[in-house]
Amino acid sequence: MSFGPHLLLALLEGTVTAFVLALTALGLSLVFGVMRIVNVAHGEFFMLGAVLAWAFSSLVPGMPALGFLLALVGSALVVGTVAIAADRLILRRLNYAPEATIVATIGLLYIIQQVVLTVYGPNAHPVVPPINFRVVFPWFGYSGYKLVVIGASAALLGATWYTLTRTRLGLIMRATQFDRETAQSFGIPVDRVYSAVFALGAMLAAVAGVLIVPIQQAHYLMGLDPLLLSFIVVILGGLGNLRGTVMAAFVIGLSDGVISVFFSATLAKIIATLFVALVLVVRREGLFGEKAR
Amino acid sequence: MTGATPRRDWLLHLAVIALLFGVQFVLPAYHYSNVSKIMVMASFAIGYNILIGYTGLLSLGHAMFFAAGLYGAGLTVHHLGFDPLSGFLAGLLAALCLSVAIGLVALRTAGVSFMIVTLMFAQAGYLLTLYFGEFTRGDEGFVLKENLLRVVVGDTGFNLIDPAARYNLALLLFTVCLLGSLVLVRSAVGRVLIAVRENEQRTAMLGYNAFLYKLLALVISGTMSGAAGATYALLFTYVGATFAAIQYSILPLLWVLLGGAGTTLGPLLGTLLMFYLVDVSSGQTSSYMLLVGAALIILVLWAPKGILGTLREKRIPWLP
Repeated sequence: MSFGPHLLLALLEGTVTAFVLALTALGLSLVFGVMRIVNVAHGEFFMLGAVLAWAFSSLVPGMPALGFLLALVGSALVVGTVAIAADRLILRRLNYAPEATIVATIGLLYIIQQVVLTVYGPNAHPVVPPINFRVVFPWFGYSGYKLVVIGASAALLGATWYTLTRTRLGLIMRATQFDRETAQSFGIPVDRVYSAVFALGAMLAAVAGVLIVPIQQAHYLMGLDPLLLSFIVVILGGLGNLRGTVMAAFVIGLSDGVISVFFSATLAKIIATLFVALVLVVRREGLFGEKAR
Repeated sequence: MTGATPRRDWLLHLAVIALLFGVQFVLPAYHYSNVSKIMVMASFAIGYNILIGYTGLLSLGHAMFFAAGLYGAGLTVHHLGFDPLSGFLAGLLAALCLSVAIGLVALRTAGVSFMIVTLMFAQAGYLLTLYFGEFTRGDEGFVLKENLLRVVVGDTGFNLIDPAARYNLALLLFTVCLLGSLVLVRSAVGRVLIAVRENEQRTAMLGYNAFLYKLLALVISGTMSGAAGATYALLFTYVGATFAAIQYSILPLLWVLLGGAGTTLGPLLGTLLMFYLVDVSSGQTSSYMLLVGAALIILVLWAPKGILGTLREKRIPWLP
């Protein structure tokens, strides 16, 4: 294959990575933006989504499309419930103190990993894609499912954006983000908003996990990579800046795709990490962030 | 503080060291090896504690410093034929350089960003050990050959992996780290570090260069962790990428939080307890991660000061 088609393939792979990453990182960024906490267990919500997708879709063998829809709804609901429980039982008691929250979510990370390991075992679980067609380019065939991933992620990103900017729920979330105490004195149930935001963030990660699992098998240790990539993206985009997060996801996703195809995936991650270091030296508020007030 | 005689805490620390020296004559072989390992890991935790406990900086990437020492010693002895002492110094130097470089970059951030940045640097370090798998043999790792670990002193010599040599060298490392940390926190510099922990802006306003003090703390902390890593490679002969992985950044955090962040003896107590907790529970179940996770959550929820921190608050105010 000559350079042109090779680059096209790399860009396609990068676009898939970018969309899934945008979805995952958006969840992390949303939680940070509204609640001012860093959720280290975010990658485990992604992993939980993926593993549950396998569990749900194996309930209806032979019907991959139905299984996929079931997985999409089921995983999101289960992960959302886990997130609400974690918020009520742990994070709220810590009063969302930044450092204590980080330590607690690290604890949560280990607990989720161990539970998944105990229940579903150490093997990787494959999931059949819900649709099976190939887009045929003159140089290579490309999995049609990956285009579905792009479409679904774009739709979800749009829906999240719409919810945040155009609905009453979004207004309440933004009010809480802007000034928690004033929001509370205007009768906004801040506690419930926090639970909802934490659940929404976790569900975005879980859905990203469901979408990725027909491409990449479900495994109990798969959460670390999306977590670190999300961190990279969230820092580049400016902590809590949602638009910046999505833009950074594209920078990182595309470059990850290109470097992975032409060199190696490990090198791509090393470069992304060192790039963040460089950005932090030059611009502390991130690539797309605004200067702190 | 001023009322307490400084001699009392020195006596306590020397007693702990004497106890560790003494128990080697009564410990059965299995625990003998365990305690050697615990002392090395406790030295790692002491290094970590200087940063989290006394300077108030929570790093989530200390595995990179441990690994710098581990690989600095392991690679030079394995590939370049360094003798053990030169290998140790190479590991120390690697950790020193790494902590200066990381400090200059990471300390430009504060709070939550600092934690994420250290976590990511450590991950880059881990990926580097995999990327250069030709030399490091990645996850699989390599084992230092016995004949490389012979130390000749005058006419006689001994081997580092001889149990008695191993135990006493681990004790030597631990002693240096423990007393070093005691001297540091009792010194003027240590008090500035604590001031930075309590209120960085006010410390800066009083004319101290907070950045330099934080850098100093990070370098001491990273180098000490590296010394533990180098010692681990030389005494336990195994060098692998697991030690660079995120787990070895979280474990010192857990050990220090359990024993008590900001107490000199906390790291040893935390490491000892956690090691045997995992050891005992692994007989019953394989859910060691569950134990680590639950311990972290329980500690932040109900005992954020750890064992010795709580003890200091309630009973023994002079505990350093």
